[in-house]
Amino acid sequence: MSIQRLFIANRGEIAVRIVRAAKSLGIHTIQAHSEADADMLAVRMADEAVCIGPAQAAKSYLDMDAVVKAAKETGADAVHPGYGFLAESPAFARAIEDAGMIFVGPSADTIQSMGDKVSARQVADTAGVPVVPGSDGRVDDMDEAASIADRIGYPVMIKASAGGGGRGIRIAETADDLAKLAPQARQEAQAAFGDGGIYIEKVIREPRHIEVQIMGDGKRAVHCFERECSLQRRRQKVWEEAPAFGLPEATRDAMCNAAVDLAEAVEYRGAGTVEYLYDAKADKFYFIEMNTRIQVEHPVTEMITGLDLVALMIRVAGGEALPVTQDDIKLNGHAIEVRLNAEDPLKKFMPFPGVVGKLDLPESDGIRVDHFLYEGYQIPPFYDSLIGKLIVHADTREAAIDKMKGALDTIEIGGLKTTIPLHKALAQSADVRAGRIHTQWLEPWLDAGNLEGHTGGAS
Amino acid sequence: MADIQSPVPGTFYQKPSPEDAPFKADGDAVKTGDTIGLVEVMKSFIEVQAEADGTFGGYTAENEAAVSAGDVLATLK
Repeated sequence: MSIQRLFIANRGEIAVRIVRAAKSLGIHTIQAHSEADADMLAVRMADEAVCIGPAQAAKSYLDMDAVVKAAKETGADAVHPGYGFLAESPAFARAIEDAGMIFVGPSADTIQSMGDKVSARQVADTAGVPVVPGSDGRVDDMDEAASIADRIGYPVMIKASAGGGGRGIRIAETADDLAKLAPQARQEAQAAFGDGGIYIEKVIREPRHIEVQIMGDGKRAVHCFERECSLQRRRQKVWEEAPAFGLPEATRDAMCNAAVDLAEAVEYRGAGTVEYLYDAKADKFYFIEMNTRIQVEHPVTEMITGLDLVALMIRVAGGEALPVTQDDIKLNGHAIEVRLNAEDPLKKFMPFPGVVGKLDLPESDGIRVDHFLYEGYQIPPFYDSLIGKLIVHADTREAAIDKMKGALDTIEIGGLKTTIPLHKALAQSADVRAGRIHTQWLEPWLDAGNLEGHTGGAS
Repeated sequence: MADIQSPVPGTFYQKPSPEDAPFKADGDAVKTGDTIGLVEVMKSFIEVQAEADGTFGGYTAENEAAVSAGDVLATLK
């Protein structure tokens, strides 16, 4: 039941990436697009294209009925959701299967159980994957709260169990703090949500974000090593690396093996990512969540392993057994990816949906650019500002940073404001080079004016 | 009579959120700097502000309409 006709329910650079992978497998490609995306690169490259609705994502890429109908009508036998949009919607995966097509990804049930924070934590815990120590549910008794905090160690975070969006979160550094703050948190939660339930979780200071790429065929799973994604702004990854730097070999093995255990526990099919918080000082890692799709930063893993992850996920979706064993997958060198966004980093990252001018992309040995640009292309304002990714590969991390610096000096994307100046500054940062970074490093660094200072000095 | 134009291309919203009333109604007093709507561009929301004092003359762009930079969104009397 291998896939013959693949419907691509996404846009932008990932649509281009999926069309390429499908073509390399000899699969006929059908590209979905909104009215605003009729001239995008993936439409031009695919064997056929179909309009699924108006510009607004809610009326096109997020309109489940419209996507399923278009896939059906164009005779697709499989649908690739890419990332974002409907990629992690169990209802969408179910609708595709109910319509007699293959969803390129895990089963709807897997997406559902991994999409819910509480159930994902339970699944991880059962599979033996370390989770952030905490109360494992609500606490209503203050003595119990104190004994839990003693067990997991201070500082602890007090959260409203009914809450969300950070409301009612307090940090207790000591038992005295907890005795004072927990009743306040309960009161506030009661007032805000009508439910005074709280829960308690260990605070991980200056955590790094490290995630493991896995690939499964429904029976067996393998890992493709880890990625370091600690440079983040507004919880969006900005710069990603593979492998993580300065990670003890035993920790890497434990992280990767735990991810495989989790994937096999849920009979995972396709590409997935197990995300961890890493406490470098304590050399401890904790499960955060699992993403049940291909990720933006997958190319760094491809660079260090030589695998084509998108082609692999299409093959296993078509019913093939995983064509690689764990022993086949070797870690080679170091890769870095930077996200190129149509935003002006010097104007608070204001979006800049302009017309692409002269393009000069330094694609050569060890440098890859995943993008959806061509000269004269008007970037539509309706979607994410990601316009591409610059990826480099070298023998060592040092050499990869140098190579990234060189590539950023060479690359030319005319007509747009982009985040290239941000990446140039990061590539020259002593902290980045020394690995003195964590998920809370980039925003204060930007707030301190490091970017302005850097670009000002250069002009 | 002055027009209020969109500063950026994107999706225009007359309301702060779907449950709220529009920022302005016909006949409302408008002061320079008042927000009359939002334009969503690349997942960011940009406030559209009046550049003159006056009386609100109504929206000329529909809620959730796709707009280009420079499109007239509302009028001032």
